[in-house]
Amino acid sequence: MNKRELELYLHIPFCIRKCAYCDFLSFPAPERLYKQYVDKLIEEIYGQWKNFQQYRVTTIFVGGGTPSILPGELMEELFAVLYECFDVAEDAEITVEANPGTLTMEKLEVYRQSGVNRLSIGLQSADDQELKYLGRIHSYDEFLKSYQRARQAGFTNINVDLMSALPGQDLHSWKTTLRKVMMLKPEHISAYSLMIEEGTPFYARFGEDGCAGCSSRDEGDQRIQTGRDIKGTDMNLDALPDLPDEETDRAMYHLTRELMAAHGYSRYEISNYARAGYECRHNKGYWTGVEYLGLGLGASSYTFNHRYHNTEDLAEYLSLDLSQAGAAAQDIQELTLEERMEEFMFLGLRLMDGVDGSLFLERFGQNMWNVYGDVIRRLESRGLLKVELPKVQLTELGIDVSNVVLSEFLLDEGI
Amino acid sequence: MALVDQKKIRNFCIIAHIDHGKSTLADRIIEMTGLLTSREMQSQVLDNMDLERERGITIKSQAVRTVYRAKDGEEYIFNLIDTPGHVDFNYEVSRSLAACDGAILVVDAAQGIEAQTLANVYLALDHDLDVFPVINKIDLPSARPDWVENEIEDVIGIEAHDAPRISAKTGLNVEDVLEAIVEKIPAPAGDPEAPLQALIFDSLYDSYKGVIVFCRIKEGTVKKGTRIRMMATGAEEEVVEVGYFGAGQFFPCDELSAGMVGYVTASIKNVKDTRVGDTITDAKRPCQEPLPGYKKVTPMVYCGLYPADGAKYNDLREALEKLQLNDASLFFEPETSIALGFGFRCGFLGLLHLEIIQERLEREYNLDLVTTAPSVVYRVHKKNGEMIELTNPTNLPDPTEIEYMEEPIVRAEIMVTTEFVGAIMTLCQERRGTYLGMEYMEETRALLKYDLPLNEIIYDFFDALKSRSRGYASFDYDMKGYEQSTLVKLDILINREEVDALSFIVHADSAYERGRRMCEKLKEEIPRHLFEIPIQAAVGGKIIARETVKAMRKDVLAKCYGGDISRKKKLLEKQKEGKKRMRQVGSVEIPQKAFMSVLKLDDE
Repeated sequence: MNKRELELYLHIPFCIRKCAYCDFLSFPAPERLYKQYVDKLIEEIYGQWKNFQQYRVTTIFVGGGTPSILPGELMEELFAVLYECFDVAEDAEITVEANPGTLTMEKLEVYRQSGVNRLSIGLQSADDQELKYLGRIHSYDEFLKSYQRARQAGFTNINVDLMSALPGQDLHSWKTTLRKVMMLKPEHISAYSLMIEEGTPFYARFGEDGCAGCSSRDEGDQRIQTGRDIKGTDMNLDALPDLPDEETDRAMYHLTRELMAAHGYSRYEISNYARAGYECRHNKGYWTGVEYLGLGLGASSYTFNHRYHNTEDLAEYLSLDLSQAGAAAQDIQELTLEERMEEFMFLGLRLMDGVDGSLFLERFGQNMWNVYGDVIRRLESRGLLKVELPKVQLTELGIDVSNVVLSEFLLDEGI
Repeated sequence: MALVDQKKIRNFCIIAHIDHGKSTLADRIIEMTGLLTSREMQSQVLDNMDLERERGITIKSQAVRTVYRAKDGEEYIFNLIDTPGHVDFNYEVSRSLAACDGAILVVDAAQGIEAQTLANVYLALDHDLDVFPVINKIDLPSARPDWVENEIEDVIGIEAHDAPRISAKTGLNVEDVLEAIVEKIPAPAGDPEAPLQALIFDSLYDSYKGVIVFCRIKEGTVKKGTRIRMMATGAEEEVVEVGYFGAGQFFPCDELSAGMVGYVTASIKNVKDTRVGDTITDAKRPCQEPLPGYKKVTPMVYCGLYPADGAKYNDLREALEKLQLNDASLFFEPETSIALGFGFRCGFLGLLHLEIIQERLEREYNLDLVTTAPSVVYRVHKKNGEMIELTNPTNLPDPTEIEYMEEPIVRAEIMVTTEFVGAIMTLCQERRGTYLGMEYMEETRALLKYDLPLNEIIYDFFDALKSRSRGYASFDYDMKGYEQSTLVKLDILINREEVDALSFIVHADSAYERGRRMCEKLKEEIPRHLFEIPIQAAVGGKIIARETVKAMRKDVLAKCYGGDISRKKKLLEKQKEGKKRMRQVGSVEIPQKAFMSVLKLDDE
């Protein structure tokens, strides 16, 4: 029988210390909570798996927070339950996110034994001063040790997370970070331009002007409720140097692509670079409409044509009867055909490969050019899109101002 | 033989400064004269439009007839004629007063006399009305009735020692007011057998009855079948119905005769034919002369109204037509703007009138509007001897053709407590006022008199007045006339294209300052585009100020994973929504509210 494709995301909300820019659902917690939480996560898996017997799991991503904060045996138990409950493909891509400073040899070996075949290590910068400004808990040296340990443990697919446009960063220092990391030849590099998110100490320091997506935020947006008091940070925010200006930010971004290309990494998504064959399958699934089941606190899902996410309140999550599938689900939204077409476009265009008109036709039974022809031609004439039939892609300029471009693909009601 | 004994009629109005309790007293009078039970009472019977109630003012005048059984055992007919409470509607106030024989002056026991109190009293005295005062709100802890009584006698010069001291809110002593109406307001005069002479003080359009004309019969009698003529407009129709208005409904009757107040319907289609102030007479037996005081009300303030959605142009036209049926002072004609497309140039009595119409269009007709900066009517004298009344800055002739220009001037009276006199004088200087004089009403209050250009007060003068006097100043004005002035047209160029809807006329001395602030304001309002946008202010083709909206280099969401998708979509939706509220001028998208920027130039 031909099974449908499913991706699994597991959220581990714990970290050692919250970074000053971070608006993810993560927080430090007493260690006794780790076990309690993983037990609950297992309860949720047991509650859910029956609904997905028609599916084959092609990727698993354990994200956070800092998943590598968990003791090895908890991670081992978690994976054992996953394999017990789900039909995980032989060649599944299985990633665990890790932070330098938490990655011991023992844990790495447990991961390997549990089938984990990809590590994603959060470095952000190779400059210790910049790391300090970010509120990271590790130095570049500690990262190096973790990285080498991972290689020793046998990991052949490693991603390193980097961030540009950091406080006080200039083009030279960014170049240095890139060079240092590329020398290590990780298979994959994510390089994000720093986003100043509302509710973070960075937001308090840099404010709205530095804030990329905040204008869209509803006040009640639950993502903000990370239960953290900005004043609680031990960082002196006033001591933070300024952010690079927009021109520098873009110069860094454009430099990234050139340097990466010169070292054999190709950009396949706005902020993601990989050596041939090492693109992150899990993340690509998000951009191409693959169904995914999110498990754990706050985790988002897209299954059976519905988008929803779990509660972001830890106490609530721990108290719910998760053996009932969907007990933690909130903001459940069924997607209309139009919404699916919109997502196809605005998510698909994040990929450098762009969107494919023939796939559009196959998926929705409608011609992409009938639905979006005018928009595409208009944006093409402004140099924001390029069309290579049957594909449509963002141009370099289009990437820089992609929100402007992508918003054009939202349909008016009642087409 | 008249059906009603003239001696038992009392035609009166209530005059007061805003918020001194006019409507509340009217409610009480209606309630206590027993025409309505308490249960039927809405809180403010006279104000029958929601909008008016919210603003606490009365827009259209109306007459209510009630029956009062006085202490002398007789039944009296009270015709309470309501008057609009804002300077925009001064002319309508004057016509309502002309329909009365007396007036009740309501003064707030805590506030005392205000600028509008004075203006209204003088207006009433001009119409030979007998005015008697009532001191209201004596239930307030801050009430100072003795002090107010003295003030009325000293400042206005009318007897106040026996003024009823009441609380219209609680009903306390309101009966004294009813008795005072019987005693102090004279019965009307007039001969029911004389040729018909009736004063129109209000009219409204009803889809069943056509235009309903409210009038005061000065001489003669009108009944069903009378062929009537409006002496100023010349319109003639046969009367279909006469009657009176009793709290909330129409009561037809057989005839209206001299001294009575009531309504007439005659299948008239448009309120334009029944102008307030006009005289109704019998077409077959006309009176010699129309009643004095008629004037055609002309709009004082103009602005462009455009549908936010161009497809709603016809809806806007229909809505304006409907409003105009009831509001002869509302003027509109089609106009086109390069920036805003098809819309209407509309004329209003004042800024409040403009706001009321705008709100009604948006609320009652569900229209989303773009409004251009309001402008007064300038007189442009051309070298060829021609004179143009300019209502739209865009139509200003080439400067080489202009001999000189004139602008409307108002005579303003501002009442203010002495501690703020300095601040208010400064404000009036800033607004190019000519100081005429100051009178002390009493130790702590002064009445400032200024001539002010109307275009300096239509935007935000009232707000500025309130804020600089911590709310203590009150203000009233009258049109004085036109005076020559050095005026220029300030043009705004966005991305080097002139935006017609943003042009405005300004005094030459303030052109630079206003141009600079306008550019700054627009810089805040116009979002960044993919290219740099110069914003320039120009007078006569010469650039006098410039700002630049920097190009947007970056608008990208670096991360978008599984948990970000719903949020990302919200962001894009917001972006798209924002774009819908933009107007495309050349390649620049200008938010609709930017077209009102000129109104906010004085924001600190």
